[in-house]
Amino acid sequence: MSQAAASHAAPHAVEPAESPLTPESWGKLGMWIFLAGDAVGFGALLAAYGGMRATSADWPNPYAVLGINLTAAMTFLLICSSVTMVKALEWLGKGDRGKCKMFLFFTALGGAIFVSCQAFEWTHLIERGLHVDGNPWGAALFGTSFFIVTGFHGLHVTAGVIYLLSVIGVVSRRPDPAASYNVVEIVGLYWHFVDLVWIMVFTFMYLL
Amino acid sequence: MAGEHKHPNYMAIFWLLAILTVIELIVVFLPFGKMVNGTMLCALAVGKAVVVAMYFMHLKFESRTLGLIALTPLAIATLFVFVILPDAFRVDHKTTNLKPAAEAPAKH
Repeated sequence: MSQAAASHAAPHAVEPAESPLTPESWGKLGMWIFLAGDAVGFGALLAAYGGMRATSADWPNPYAVLGINLTAAMTFLLICSSVTMVKALEWLGKGDRGKCKMFLFFTALGGAIFVSCQAFEWTHLIERGLHVDGNPWGAALFGTSFFIVTGFHGLHVTAGVIYLLSVIGVVSRRPDPAASYNVVEIVGLYWHFVDLVWIMVFTFMYLL
Repeated sequence: MAGEHKHPNYMAIFWLLAILTVIELIVVFLPFGKMVNGTMLCALAVGKAVVVAMYFMHLKFESRTLGLIALTPLAIATLFVFVILPDAFRVDHKTTNLKPAAEAPAKH
């Protein structure tokens, strides 16, 4: 097993032994552990949101205040960018670095459009009076929690776009497609996680 | 060997996620009340999240221990809810008592 993994690893890999849970790379295990920690962060935010909302007497109806047409489109966009992400990995697995880079770029583009839509949405909501410290519809914490949770997620998308663009650089620099397979798979894990979290945020902050 | 695990049909997963999203948007308008609609929406969200983790993040093809690592945050978040609830309802208790108390301060 370890010999098979070693022969697959990039020539400059320095890991002394194979990772017990993810034999193909230590980085993948590292990303999973990071994501588990990050998920606790989101879990805490959403649990706190639920706690505040459940006990508030004048929590506004998010669906009516925020509107979901744009956000539904943004949700669809993130799902599409997850598909382009898996396509990028698939093409790299087939040895086509050009197609892989193209799909990585599409994924980053999807993320960039998502963040732009979020900026547009925030601007409109702020103009209509939804502020961090109060709003015309009810509990002030509604605005506070909205901006913190969607902002924390938007920050993740922004970081993901930068991460994806730098991975395009990695794929470009390594002539052997197999040498960057793990790197692309790991950025994929991060990107799908951002998509997964948005599914939760969309349901809890907009639809419920 | 490592990168050769079976790839699921990604387009089928995509359509499944898209259809589940459309169902979510329909559920919002269903006249079953907040409780039933909320339960359905939560179930749909968890279902979508599981599909993303299993197929896009390849958790279905990983070792069981990695799956346990991925599940840990869910357990911790559930604990959070129970940690927060007593505090939250305490605040609720205070705020609901404050208003009548302001109107009739001489009760106690």
